[in-house]
Amino acid sequence: MSTEPTVTEADLQAYADGRLGVERRAEVEAWLAARPEEAERVAAYRRLGDALRAAYDPVLAEPVPQHLESTATRRPRARRIAAVAGWITLGALLGALAGWEARDWRRPAGQPLAEGAVMARRAAIAHATYSPEVRHPVEVGADQEQHLVAWLSKRVGARVRAPKLDEAGMALVGGRLLPGESGPVALFMYQTAAGRRLTLYIRAEAKGNRETAFRYARENNVSVFYWIERDCGYAISSADLSKDELLRIATLVYKQLEP
Amino acid sequence: MNEAERLVELIPRLRRYARALVGDRASADDLVQDTLERAWAKLHLYRSGTDLRAWLFTVMHNVHVNKVRATRVTDTLEDDLPELAQRASQGDALLVRDLDRAIARLPAEQRAVLLLVTLEEMSYEEVARALGIPIGTVMSRLSRAREKLRIMMLGQGAAAKLKVVK
Repeated sequence: MSTEPTVTEADLQAYADGRLGVERRAEVEAWLAARPEEAERVAAYRRLGDALRAAYDPVLAEPVPQHLESTATRRPRARRIAAVAGWITLGALLGALAGWEARDWRRPAGQPLAEGAVMARRAAIAHATYSPEVRHPVEVGADQEQHLVAWLSKRVGARVRAPKLDEAGMALVGGRLLPGESGPVALFMYQTAAGRRLTLYIRAEAKGNRETAFRYARENNVSVFYWIERDCGYAISSADLSKDELLRIATLVYKQLEP
Repeated sequence: MNEAERLVELIPRLRRYARALVGDRASADDLVQDTLERAWAKLHLYRSGTDLRAWLFTVMHNVHVNKVRATRVTDTLEDDLPELAQRASQGDALLVRDLDRAIARLPAEQRAVLLLVTLEEMSYEEVARALGIPIGTVMSRLSRAREKLRIMMLGQGAAAKLKVVK
């Protein structure tokens, strides 16, 4: 078979894949027109491509198994456990730190910083502790939301609410009661359909505490937005969401908690 | 969109490629799972702004090569054409099984090139980058893979069925 130097095997492959420019395609077609055997070979390659796509494209429409989606959205378990272990160590340090901060407050030039920053740290620890939980992420599930909110409000000593975050694709999982540095604290957990989680930490504030703007903290892999508004302190934490996403949700929560 | 969301978005494509690469559904999903785990572990090596899809296919390729290396002994049985696990799939089940078997008989490196070009519709340059081989090698593997498959399908008398699919 005489092969004109202008048409190579690579050209034929690219032709079979429909990847040649208009001019080149015309040249190859002319070349093939004079060689029925080669033309049939290339046509068979095209049919093979069609058959492959027909055979495997249906996989694209199959529902994605939950375990794959969870793996895609969450850090590997071993690393999460390591992260929690890190938090437990940090928790042990917190006692010492709290003492240091308390001493700091007594200073005339004591920073008001300690207030929110301690809350942000505690909120991040709570997030790292409970968000990897598969079976017991919350004490009371979203199916008993009314009871949950009433119970937490009573124990925290302030009116707490579980904001609706459907707009952000987050559904309430439920909530639990936690010990805070000066009394019980409420923790609500939300998650997306893909299992990405965030927690909302709410504590009652002492009368004298000033209101604050949004503040951002990042501890290990947990992002936290926190603020104090009227009689409550709020902290939203997530290891699964970006800072921007979390800020958007924090804004949503802030708006809903306005009276 | 953050990495987690983009990973989720790419799962169906990873599954399609894995299914064609390894044949049965369970092994394919295992490969996807291992790929996603490896991706998280190696995410710091991924340069954001570049093509996450291409990077993921590179990760999957490496995971697969390591797996195959670990089980090479069973690979030598390929010529005996073991019955592949039956899979639920739309379309002509017989044709799909023929294709499965034929693809399984291709050398792994030719199979990868053919599937990335045909299913993922990657450009030849992208395939070269994803597999870490020169583009000339991509073209020669593609050509050999197709010719082998064509002859196998002719041999099995499946060429007629291929026409039906078209």
